[in-house]
This record gives sequence, C-alpha cells and structure tokens, in this order.
Amino acid sequence: MMTPILEARHIDKYFKKPVKFQVLKDISFGINAGEFVSIMGKSGCGKSTLLYILSTMDTDYEGELYLNNALITGQNPDKLSYIRNKHIGFVFQFHYLLSEFSVLENVMLPAKKLAEKSPQEIEHDAIQKLHILNIPHLAKKKASQISGGEKQRVAIARALINSPSIIMGDEPTGNLDSHNSDNVFNIFKQLSEEQGLSLLIVTHDEDFAKRTNRIITMEDGKIISG
Amino acid sequence: MNWKVILNIAKTHLITKIKQTAIAALGVTFGIGSYITLVSFMTGLNTMLDDLMLNQTPHIHIYNEIKPSKNQPLTLYDELSNSFHVVHSIKPKLNQKKIHNALPIIQYLEEDDQVRGALPQIKTSIFYIAGSIEIGGTLTGINVIHEANLFNLRDYIVQGSPEALDITDNGILLGIGLAEKMSLAVGDRVQVSTITGDVFPLKIVGFYQSGVADIDAVQSFANLKTVQRILGEAENYITDINIKLKDIEMALPMSKKIENQFDLTAVDIKTANAQFETGTTVRNLITYAVSITLLIVAGFGIYNILNMLIYEKMNDIAILKATGFSGKDVQYIFMSQAMIIGFVGGILGLLVGYVLAKFIGTIPFETAALPRVKTYPVNLNPMFFFIGFIFAMVSTFLSGYLPSKKAKRIDPVTIIRGQ
Repeated sequence: MMTPILEARHIDKYFKKPVKFQVLKDISFGINAGEFVSIMGKSGCGKSTLLYILSTMDTDYEGELYLNNALITGQNPDKLSYIRNKHIGFVFQFHYLLSEFSVLENVMLPAKKLAEKSPQEIEHDAIQKLHILNIPHLAKKKASQISGGEKQRVAIARALINSPSIIMGDEPTGNLDSHNSDNVFNIFKQLSEEQGLSLLIVTHDEDFAKRTNRIITMEDGKIISG
Repeated sequence: MNWKVILNIAKTHLITKIKQTAIAALGVTFGIGSYITLVSFMTGLNTMLDDLMLNQTPHIHIYNEIKPSKNQPLTLYDELSNSFHVVHSIKPKLNQKKIHNALPIIQYLEEDDQVRGALPQIKTSIFYIAGSIEIGGTLTGINVIHEANLFNLRDYIVQGSPEALDITDNGILLGIGLAEKMSLAVGDRVQVSTITGDVFPLKIVGFYQSGVADIDAVQSFANLKTVQRILGEAENYITDINIKLKDIEMALPMSKKIENQFDLTAVDIKTANAQFETGTTVRNLITYAVSITLLIVAGFGIYNILNMLIYEKMNDIAILKATGFSGKDVQYIFMSQAMIIGFVGGILGLLVGYVLAKFIGTIPFETAALPRVKTYPVNLNPMFFFIGFIFAMVSTFLSGYLPSKKAKRIDPVTIIRGQ
C-alpha cells in the first residue's frame, strides 16, 4: 500500500456557537501521492469545514492529522504557517489575490516568504508557473485588472510556486463559467498526471467531480462513500 | 523573519493609500513640529529670563549685615539664664561696613575648586550733582574686567566698554536713567558727592542699562580704586564679595560654610530668587504638557488610520495567512507601516520645527528691559530634536501596536468562509 501524503484520523469538530453542534463526526481518510480527489456533499454537510482543518488553518478540532507521515495536530501557529507555506497550495472560490500587487508579485510572494531561493530564482520559477498556466503575458499587470478566469489561474500559479505536496481547493470553479471551469479542471488534471501532484478539491459541480480519480461524498458530517 | 518581504508589502500598502498615509504622517509632523517650535521658543524665553535675573546675580553674595546682636549682654548673665528677658529698644551694634580681612578671604575663596571667581565690590551711597540739584544714588566700585567676564557686565553696557572704564582712572559708568535725568553724554563730566560732603568730578566713559528702570536711575559703576579714593579709604576696604561657582547647586551649602567660617552674611542665589525658579519650572511643565497633548492627538490619528486600513485589508490578511505568513508576519507588516509613518512624519516634523523656530528667531523683539535682545530668543538644543524623534517613534509604535495586534489575531477561515 502507498503511504498517504495527507491522512486524517478520527476527526471530530464542534461548533460552539450559537449552540453546541457536531459538524464533523469521526472523519478518517487518506490521500495518496498523485491522487486527484474531490469532496462532494450538500451545503452544510461540513466539507468546507473539513478542508480548513486539513489546511491547518483551523486548529480547533479533535483527532489527528498527518502530512507526509508527520503529525501536525497541536503544532504551534508559526510551525503551521511554515507547513502551509511549504507543503500546501491553496485555491479558493473567490480568487483572493492581493489587488495592489502585480500578477508576478502575487505568484512570487509565498516563495519570498519561504526564502529558500534567491530572488532571481523565484522570479524565474514564477514566470515558469505562469507559462504552465498559459498566462505569461499577464505577469506585469495589476491583479485588479485581469478577468475572473485569469485570476483563478494566477491563484493556481501561486499555489504551485513552492512545489507543494498537495493542492487544496475550496470550490475553485464555483465562480467561473463552464469554459473557464473546464480550463481549470484540465490544468488540475494535467498537474496531477504530469507532475504527480496530489489534489483535494471541494466542489458542488458533479461533472467536475466525476472526472477526478476519486470522489469522497459527505453527509451530515460523515463520509458516506469514498 | 523575512523583513524584505514584510517591508515590501508594507510599502505597497502605504503607497497605494498615499492620501491616508500622508494624513497620518502629517499628524505626526504637526505634533513634532509644534513640539520643536514650542520647546525651543519657550526654553529660549526661559533662558533669556533666567539670564536677565541670574547673569548679574552672584551665586553667593557675602557682606556685613547691619543687625542687632543676637546675644544681648543680659543673656550672657548666667544667673538669669532661666528667666524671661524683656529688652526694649534694641539697636544694631555699630559695625563697620567693611569686610574684615577681605583680601585674604578672596584669595582663600579663589583657591577653592568649586569657585569660578570671587570678586570684591565696594557699595556706597553718593549724590550726583547736577547744577543745584543733588540726586541720591549708589556707586559701586568693581574690578570691571573680571565683572565683565564673570557676570556678563558687557551685555548691560549700552555705550562705551568695560575696557574704557578699566583704563580711565576717574571714569564712571553711569546708569542710563541718571544720564537722561541730567542730560549727560559719554565724555562729559559728572560731579559726585560723598555722604561726608567731599565732591569729586568723574569722567563718563559709558552708560549702564540693567533693564530695571529703578536701578538704572540710581546705579553707577567705577573702578575699585576710584571708589576707595573717593571714600578716603585704604586699598583693603571691601564691602561685598560676589562669588560665581562652577555648579550653581553648590550655592546653598557653600554659603552656609562661608557664614560659619568667616562670621559674615552669605546669601545664595536660590534663597534670594526662590520664586523665580518656580516660574521656570512651571513654564517648562506647560511646554511639555502642550507637546505631549499634540503627540497624543497625532497618535490617535495614526491609530484610526491603521484601524481602517486593517478593515480594508481583511482579505489580504486572510490570503497572506493562508499562503503561509504567520500572525507575527502580519503584525510586523502593520507595525512597520506605523513606524514608517512615524519616521517620515517625525523627520518632517523636526524640519518644520527647525524652520519655524528659525523664523521666530528673526522676528524683531525690542524691549527696554533687555538692551542686547533684538529678536525673539530661541534655543535650538540638539537634545530637543533627539527627544522629538524618540517621541515620534514611541507614539507611532504605541498607536500601531493595538491595530497590528488585531491583524495578528484575525482568523483567515472566518474571512474566507464569510465571502
């Protein structure tokens, strides 16, 4: 059996306000290297909540979370920031670029934070990522001046910049028309097949989900299939 | 910590919000600028007032006071020591005005490490004779060159010079009020008469203006020897000794010591001018109170603008945190924005303050009380600039701290899910 990149063991999560309510019930699963996994489920089933726990941004849960076989539950916030920076790439439904910076700067920022490479190398890498996503011509534009589909591709380029172990997406195509959404799917597929990247995408879009390697379906805070 | 990235983000935020940045920085500029202007102007005035009073005043003034003896013969009588004494009509003892052994005392004092100088004076009452009118006044015999060096006499000579008096044997430095009364000019002669009635002609070598009209209407100066000759006294006839110390704080203990050692009256400057010091302290207090108020107002301005900036940048903060920036990184981004505002605003404030203070220093300010002062006095002490800069940095640090702390604690999940 392959060792999983990301593994969740017995994760429980409660919302304490307005009344105590269990959102996630005993969630256990793993994602292997190079796997393209989608999470589906109705609104409120807890899939986004699960994603934010897996992303290490939400630390208020019970259970254990492993990334590359290392326990990350209970690490201090600075360490978690480092893990997000180095090992996890994010793509959100809303594009979340820093609108005052250029596209290139947006892509470079996580690498500059990581500071493992020289500025020249980082810039070279960033331009290369923009090439992979077919948007090198946007490099010098302000992030606020490009279209929604383009923004999502910039966000993907940014997610890739530190060569993460896994890319997570919270409905990355939810806000895009079918053409752009297709585009994004193809990019993900390509990354998974050609570069062996693991992907975990929360989505509502059934067509999108069907084309992934594996669908995890959730209902009422539990995994019911996958 | 990756400062290059943090400062780059801070810089971009500040530049894209240049108007707000400028307003926040101007707040600091205004605060620091007014602090520098106020403090240099106020301390300039203070120093001027201090000088007005203190320059001419000796740190310790030694003289023979005319007063009744403390020990009347009755108290010396042992058998009545436990009784209640009533002595009527006590009169002061006939005492010479002259300080006994003045020259050895001066020599002794001059050798003391704490003393910058001990100068002999002879104070005597005389009459100035103008035609048939006699005007009462005071003639003080001085060692004029030393007086000029230690007690800034030169600043109060409006015509003539100390040197002119020094070389003129029968010279007199006449109070300006007297000169006006008797319509005398430099080079004229004036007759003075002692209490005993001897009349001497003296040549006017200059005019003296202390700034206090009452003094200028009676006071004149001549050389020690001239006064001794007028009075018909020997060369060791000295009535007063004025001491200037290296450290003014030593005046009180030193005066006590002199009183005990030589059995003379010694008055120190602080006792003589107690209210004066209070005035200086209160003025300084007001200066600082006003400056600190201005800086607090500027600080609130920065606090407000950073707070607003953080609300506007919620999404940016969330995305920075999601992509691996720690809470501390985010806090430092906003802290460095506050510090940049403080730095730029502070430096500008120092410049504005300097220019304003310089400008005040050119405004004409003439008053009869201060013959040498032509413009408003300003005191541009480098220390004020240092304090002003520290003030700017500290107040922006404090006003940036709370908003940046808030940015540090923002939960990215709440922001991202809230969309």
